[in-house]
Amino acid sequence: MSFHLTMEPWVPDAVQMLVARASANPPTGVTGVSPCLGSVLFTYDPDASDRMTVRAGIAEILRNTDWRGATPIPAPTVWHLPTAFGGDHGPDLNAVAGLTGLGPDAVVRMITDTPLRVLAIGFAPGQPYLGLLPEALNLPRMSEINPQVPYGAIALAISQLVLFANPSPTGWRQVARTAFRPYQPDAPAPLPLSAGDEVRLIPVGAGEMDALLSSGDPMGGARQEVRG
Amino acid sequence: MSDLILIQTAPGHSIQDLGRSGLRNMGLSRGGAADPLALHEAAALLGHRAPVAALEMAGMGGTFAVTAPTRIALTGAPMRAKIGTRDIQWNASHTLHPGEHLIIGAVTAGTYGYLTAAGGFATPEVLNSRSTHRTAGLIFDLQDGMRLPLLPDPNADASPMGLRPDNRFEGGDIRFIAGPQTDLFGIETLTRFQATAFTRSATANRQGVRLDADTAPFRADMPDGFLSDFILEGDLQMTGDGRPYVLLCECQTIGGYPRIGTVIDADLPRIAQAPMGASLRFRMITLDQADDIAARYAKDIAALSRRATPLIRDPATIPDLLSYQLISGMITGHEPEEQI
Repeated sequence: MSFHLTMEPWVPDAVQMLVARASANPPTGVTGVSPCLGSVLFTYDPDASDRMTVRAGIAEILRNTDWRGATPIPAPTVWHLPTAFGGDHGPDLNAVAGLTGLGPDAVVRMITDTPLRVLAIGFAPGQPYLGLLPEALNLPRMSEINPQVPYGAIALAISQLVLFANPSPTGWRQVARTAFRPYQPDAPAPLPLSAGDEVRLIPVGAGEMDALLSSGDPMGGARQEVRG
Repeated sequence: MSDLILIQTAPGHSIQDLGRSGLRNMGLSRGGAADPLALHEAAALLGHRAPVAALEMAGMGGTFAVTAPTRIALTGAPMRAKIGTRDIQWNASHTLHPGEHLIIGAVTAGTYGYLTAAGGFATPEVLNSRSTHRTAGLIFDLQDGMRLPLLPDPNADASPMGLRPDNRFEGGDIRFIAGPQTDLFGIETLTRFQATAFTRSATANRQGVRLDADTAPFRADMPDGFLSDFILEGDLQMTGDGRPYVLLCECQTIGGYPRIGTVIDADLPRIAQAPMGASLRFRMITLDQADDIAARYAKDIAALSRRATPLIRDPATIPDLLSYQLISGMITGHEPEEQI
């Protein structure tokens, strides 16, 4: 079920609402309901159902709802992630500041004031897409690929942030870095984040970030707040 | 119980079972065998109810031994194989005895060959699978001299079996279905894509296979700020230069490039196995056709064990024939095939 090909302010809320409804009451034979940025993927067991039945079940959930008027569902979990902006930890912050005309401090404030949500997890294991940022930060991807950002890089494009799980090439602009690893293969819970979680980026200095990175703790000083 | 000894392994070797399904919302693609059908064939040959973890060998085999008599199955891309100096049949099961060397050479067609030892490898499981998934950092490192423990063989006395070789190792015709982005390509591009004879590029691995053709790029009409979306195994993705890739078992799970369609599961082994330079053509089918093919494919897999037939061995090739108690019916499947 694809809501929109491009990002609109209502799209993440619509995706979240459909996932919540379909997970609570899945159509016959549906084995998985997975959120992406503008779409929801349904998987089903062909021995238990068929394509027509699943389609009809999804259509039933979609009926009589104003999806463009969807409102966010409160996050069950909030992650507070120490994050260093600019400098070596965010080499593209000044470019973002220039392109938006906001200045680096205002860009950082705008990002840290936004209650980000995990819109989707993917590309690499555990890697979250976070959003949405205010429209003022709606920048296209770069035309040139940055050959490598480090793990923990937080990069910006199309009103979203990606927190890189591994070193990776990207067309997104790296504005910050965190020591939090969204994929911890050796931990009892290797994938701490879930789609729908709220994420707040807490600014710290470059020196503090260096210490968090060199400590090797994959939680990177993150604090998890569970809301009742 | 036996260990399989890796006397000589190769860089393209990894432990693979059917992989980790259903973890897409965690960003983990299935991984697992690049040619899952080969694992089902091994299960049929060994009399296993379900596939077990096997050794996947890309392009090149190795040398192996065992610490106790062990049934093995050789499936997937055919490779030259010998026990000691005696050539043995591919797509078949055999018994390997301690002291014998199983020597597997290069592929003669296809890309991924599989060595399955009865019972399967007892290597550590992570997220319910023993598969190495390199892009996820889930790696069981293989080294020369290593001993891989095996789980008990549920059917240790079974005779060697064979399956008729399949023809999925030389490229061919591939069927795909439309996906959510197919319409972005326009009918002319979609028609041209289906009329093009592609060759499997040298750029290929478990994440995907690039397709080469001497033709104009296949471009989609994408809006600015086009949203990334889920990738499915088999997606036919056009990269920025309009060149197609078929994404395979170890692909990333979300991507921003447009996809002209998705290759059906039944034809994915043919893509994964296509050797460099093999010719591939693509034909779009309807969802109804795809559903019918999927149901038939599942039935065909379930029927594999009934298609396995006992290996007929030429008595002239059995060393020391007179030592066998042919009359007493004591043939156990443990007969030494070749001693070093």
